[in-house]
Amino acid sequence: MRRDRGIVFAWQLAIGIGAVASWQWLVGVKLLDPFFVSRPSDIAIRIATWVTSGVIWGHLLITLEEAFLGLVAGAVLGITLGFVLARSPLVARICDPYITMLNGVPRVVLAPIFLLWFGLGIWSKVALAVTLVFFVMFFNTFQGVRDADRVLVDNARMLGASERQLVRHVLIPSALTWIFSSLHTSLGFAMVGAVVGEYLGSSRGLGYMISQAEGTFDTTGVFAGMVVLASVVVAAGMGVTRLEKWLLRWKRSEA
Amino acid sequence: MPIPALEFVHVSRSFATPAGRDYRALDDICLAVPAGAFLAIVGPSGCGKSTLLNMAAGLLAPTSGTVRVGGAELAGLNRHATYMFQQDALLPWKDVRENVGLGLTLAGVGRADAQARADAWLARVGLAAFARHFPAQLSGGMRKRVAMAQNWIIDRDVLLMDEPFSALDIHTRQRMEGELLALWGESRRTIVFVTHDLEEAIALADEVVVLSAGPASHVVSRHAVTLDRPRDLLDLRTEPAFVDLYRSIWADLRQEVIKSHASGRV
Ligand SMILES: Nc1ncnc2c1ncn2[C@@H]1O[C@H](COP(=O)(O)OP(=O)(O)OP(=O)(O)O)[C@@H](O)[C@H]1O
Ligand SMILES: [Mg+2]
Repeated sequence: MRRDRGIVFAWQLAIGIGAVASWQWLVGVKLLDPFFVSRPSDIAIRIATWVTSGVIWGHLLITLEEAFLGLVAGAVLGITLGFVLARSPLVARICDPYITMLNGVPRVVLAPIFLLWFGLGIWSKVALAVTLVFFVMFFNTFQGVRDADRVLVDNARMLGASERQLVRHVLIPSALTWIFSSLHTSLGFAMVGAVVGEYLGSSRGLGYMISQAEGTFDTTGVFAGMVVLASVVVAAGMGVTRLEKWLLRWKRSEA
Repeated sequence: MPIPALEFVHVSRSFATPAGRDYRALDDICLAVPAGAFLAIVGPSGCGKSTLLNMAAGLLAPTSGTVRVGGAELAGLNRHATYMFQQDALLPWKDVRENVGLGLTLAGVGRADAQARADAWLARVGLAAFARHFPAQLSGGMRKRVAMAQNWIIDRDVLLMDEPFSALDIHTRQRMEGELLALWGESRRTIVFVTHDLEEAIALADEVVVLSAGPASHVVSRHAVTLDRPRDLLDLRTEPAFVDLYRSIWADLRQEVIKSHASGRV
């Protein structure tokens, strides 16, 4: 187990370094044009200047705030509705075509409308993130609750569980596996929602920085923005994994 | 005549088969379980024993007929009964102690109190050392014992048990049978006990009911077990009275088992 982890990490590191090094090298020997793909050293320097000068923090904070609010609101709405519909099959059947329909709407098309409705501030971005997160959380929770072992539910009911207790002691823990796997996806989606919203209309945030850089064909700036974005998502994902490990610790012994 | 604790009145139950036809599992079951009785049900695999208990628990409605509990027609869950399922039914995310105390927690008993009582029950089923384990960390037989404690900790008039001891080795099994008889002796609850082991049925019960092979399983015969109580589970099985009973019930059960094999349903 411990040795495996070392091997996995070594490989991850090797692949990352290999990719970055060959990128640097390909640009160095002029096989790739830095105008289109920039180069890793430039990107690193750009990020370093952003950090030392402090310009990045304000933008990053705004994006994180939007993504976080979108994630929380989307998750709460998605999980709640997932539970309600999973527990009332009739309502679920009535709502089914509408949910499919709404989920089919391309979010990029919604972005300008949200700008119109909620203004250029953070709320239009939060709304966009919510539309992305909500459906992932909803479908997974719905499935997770539906998937709950029939015998466990019956046993808890025989032991005296009310509907609310059933949700708390059986259905939520049972759906938690599903909810967590969707939380990983949702994390990325929340960031995408925030950044795309900023990209299309804003004066602050990572998405704004990226769009500014694109406006001046500054590929280094674009890549630097993406790297920051990716790092944040990876870090948040690791946090979720730890929480998941702790909450689902009863599972480890099965593996 | 006193009111039976549990009564099946012309109960039948059908299921839809994968081919879309109607499969009649149980047909016209009439069976009364007197309050305080220990009733064992035996029958070939797949004849409908679990189905019968599911209906007694109120988890499954009869296709026709009624289930009566203490004289009143059962609608919805049977709140006077606990049900120990044939399958594993412990919550994987709760440790052994929490699982055992679950019925108390659900009834609003305080945490410390529920824990103390759960620990006492764990000691009774010989698992005091495993209070903090999760179900996945136990053996199949240990999980069954946890399930027993989980069911017995809550005080209900009727105990429904579906092959509770079949996963246990012979020694643990005899210990658990002893505990069950002790519990029953103390509290005079009504027990409906499904088993595929005829010896166990005779050793424990006041009455053994033989169900026929499916489809359309019905009550073939009922046998009163007149062995004295308290019974010595270790030596009982070699006593002449026990052996005689075994012979006469097995004569009925044997035919059903053969039928069930012949029909290819097992
Ligand atoms: N939910 C269901 N849907 C369809 N058929 C079912 C269902 N439950 C039970 N049956 C059928 O009813 C019959 C009786 O099943 P049941 O589980 O009651 O048998 P059993 O006597 O408990 O068997 P065993 O001793 O193997 O546990 C079987 O033929 C089974 O296929
Ligand atoms: Mg069964």
